[in-house]
Amino acid sequence: MNTPTQRYTTTAIALHWLMAIGIVIAFGMGLTMTDMPGITPAKLRLYNWHKWVGVTLFAFAVLRALWRLTHTAPTLPASIPRWQRQIAELTHYALYVLIFSIPLSGYFYSLAAGFPVVYLGVLPLPVLIEKNAELKPLLHALHFWLNMGLAALVLAHVGAALKHHWIDRDDVLKRMLPWSS
Amino acid sequence: MRKWIVGLGVLLLGIKALAAPIDVAKSSIIIVFSQMGVPIEAQFKRFSGDVQFDAAAPANTRAALTVDVASFDLGDPEYNKEVQKPEWFNAEKFTNATFTSNAVRVLSADKLEADGQLTIKGRTQKIVVPISVKQNGKQQIFSGELAIKRLAFAIGEGEWSATDMVEDNVRIRFTVVTAAQ
Repeated sequence: MNTPTQRYTTTAIALHWLMAIGIVIAFGMGLTMTDMPGITPAKLRLYNWHKWVGVTLFAFAVLRALWRLTHTAPTLPASIPRWQRQIAELTHYALYVLIFSIPLSGYFYSLAAGFPVVYLGVLPLPVLIEKNAELKPLLHALHFWLNMGLAALVLAHVGAALKHHWIDRDDVLKRMLPWSS
Repeated sequence: MRKWIVGLGVLLLGIKALAAPIDVAKSSIIIVFSQMGVPIEAQFKRFSGDVQFDAAAPANTRAALTVDVASFDLGDPEYNKEVQKPEWFNAEKFTNATFTSNAVRVLSADKLEADGQLTIKGRTQKIVVPISVKQNGKQQIFSGELAIKRLAFAIGEGEWSATDMVEDNVRIRFTVVTAAQ
């Protein structure tokens, strides 16, 4: 008989997958838009939409962090070796750091470039720093490299989840799936 | 007939004698527009002109300005190059934008309203310019702000004519300084 494993809450599951989809979309937009030559309306539209997705993801990240701090996440099964549990904890912690630092670095990069962010074209967001020619390339690089770090961690995260599901055949991935199984 | 010629000559000499050249270093022509809701500021860096102003007879104020369109500065070399293109200023064909005032109405001790003609990209529009007049020591400062419609001058053609991309209303904020007359 299987002991019922703990599951993530519906809220945690929803935020996880909404953010996963949002991150993939924003990442794709980021790669595409920086590759577009010249200055065209299509490029400007993509830049603005990318920023709006980023702001939305930041809001979700805040909700997510608050939820996680107030709702205990399920612990990994005892069958998993301690070193794997430590890596998992470290990876998740790093992912939390990134879902905050990446939108923030992008936001400040936009401000340093002299472009305030107006969410959905209607809500002006606070101009926390003025246009700054020195900070602009630094923030650009920061945003880019943090994203490369995110890509690497997401690959590790997805790989580990699939390892648990297909190789270990445990319930680790199932705990985060929207459908109960 | 001779009286006319003499009269006209005196009139022209009179205007020439009273007009003061613009101090470009102290003056500014700032352009503010909205790109998908984001406020963008740019300025024309090279311009010249004359203002004829007599504090005793302010209704006789006359102004003429010539702006070098290639001096439009958005703060980024790639953007600056873009606005010189045919869809925007078409600077190769229309090197200057000009303003000439016609009638001036006195609204109060330090406020005027000038009817004038603004020519950009070969298209002329009648405009009404609010002017605040201030004397600062040996300088006369004329400042004000007005809105024009960029599409009336075909600034931003084709795919750039979309007003959700770049708003039709564009604000011109000017500060014109001359030696006190």
